[in-house]
Amino acid sequence: MSKPEFVYVTYIETTPEKLWQALTEGDFTEQYWFAHRATSDWNVGSSYHFTLEGEKRLEGKVLISDPPRKLAYTWNGCSEEVRRERTSRVTFDLEPRGKAVKLTMTHDNLDEAGVTFRGIADGWPMVLASLKSFLETGRPLSDDVRTIQAVAA
Amino acid sequence: MDEVFKALADASRRSLLDRLHARNGQTLNELCDGLAMTRQAVTKHLGILEEANLVTTYRQGREKLHYLNPVPIHQIGERWIKKFERGKLAALSELKRQLEKRDE
Amino acid sequence: MSKPEFIYVTYIETTPEKLWHALTDGDFTQRYWFGARLRSDWKAGSSFEMVRSDGTVSDAGKVVEVDPPRRLAYTFINQSDKYKNEFPALATFVLEPYGKLVKLTLTHEGFAEGSKFYSGISKGWPAILSSLKSILETGQPLDIPFEALKMEA
Repeated sequence: MSKPEFVYVTYIETTPEKLWQALTEGDFTEQYWFAHRATSDWNVGSSYHFTLEGEKRLEGKVLISDPPRKLAYTWNGCSEEVRRERTSRVTFDLEPRGKAVKLTMTHDNLDEAGVTFRGIADGWPMVLASLKSFLETGRPLSDDVRTIQAVAA
Repeated sequence: MDEVFKALADASRRSLLDRLHARNGQTLNELCDGLAMTRQAVTKHLGILEEANLVTTYRQGREKLHYLNPVPIHQIGERWIKKFERGKLAALSELKRQLEKRDE
Repeated sequence: MSKPEFIYVTYIETTPEKLWHALTDGDFTQRYWFGARLRSDWKAGSSFEMVRSDGTVSDAGKVVEVDPPRRLAYTFINQSDKYKNEFPALATFVLEPYGKLVKLTLTHEGFAEGSKFYSGISKGWPAILSSLKSILETGQPLDIPFEALKMEA
């Protein structure tokens, strides 16, 4: 029996290069990924981490780095709640479709009993909707999304 | 860079890299499939490739997936191949220039 | 194996009223829903149709639930011969306001195991809902060629 996975597809009016940049550069992630800043050289085998106000929240290792087509990394939440969960994996596939890019995010090898699994079904749509708004309008999702996060927590 | 050259110096290891290039993220079993090497030998070769940072691994359940890192090979191409080609091309155009001057 | 169900969540900077209008007004849907005009009087029990730009009906079904601007549900099945052995499945839209945002949850369920139509809508919805988000946030729908969706798998 395969472990649960979460797949989310969105189409964004942007270029694969800009989308890749938005997914990997801290200056951009900080703006739409709810103040989380990404740091890495994004080479296969290298580590990466996301910090929030200087504190590490998410980390892992880069598995695939094929700009601007495919990015994959392991996912380890740093909070007390989730640090003991199985290391899961996230894969981004970027495919040009006319003037847009089809972004497929696959998050697999999740611990079905864990907090991460329950959280990402809401977390990923929020982050990816914010990413789409950011690339298309120049603004991420409004701060009101924080109230959703608070309610969901 | 020495570890990379040593890792690439072996035909079995190069064939493992070829396999990952054709299909990334394979398990040990998948990589062994159809190869004349023993499982032990494949494990040993993968270890050397990992040491040279040509392969990185990810544990999925009881299996380990192997991912190819093409950057060290690309760096060899930049540092050791392109540079020499540039030299050769420059030499050829210089030769051509000399021959044309002689014909005048 | 359980019956397939498609769930898609997105967050759009808009009002529930504007989003409701976007989902139910044929003139508006034509702009972002790959040319489809949604046609119905939107009363529970009434018929529901998706009409192509040449006037032919691509999909048809029935309105099940109408609670503007909070919940909208209708069934439909594509009229092509390919799906003649399949039954209409139920699509439910839930609109939840959060300040400047609306959380839109689409659940499309009632498909039989192995349904070909399920496979088609799984590819269609992310593109349609991405285009919907774009038109509400930027004024422009997405410019994706319909063939690029590769819905005929």
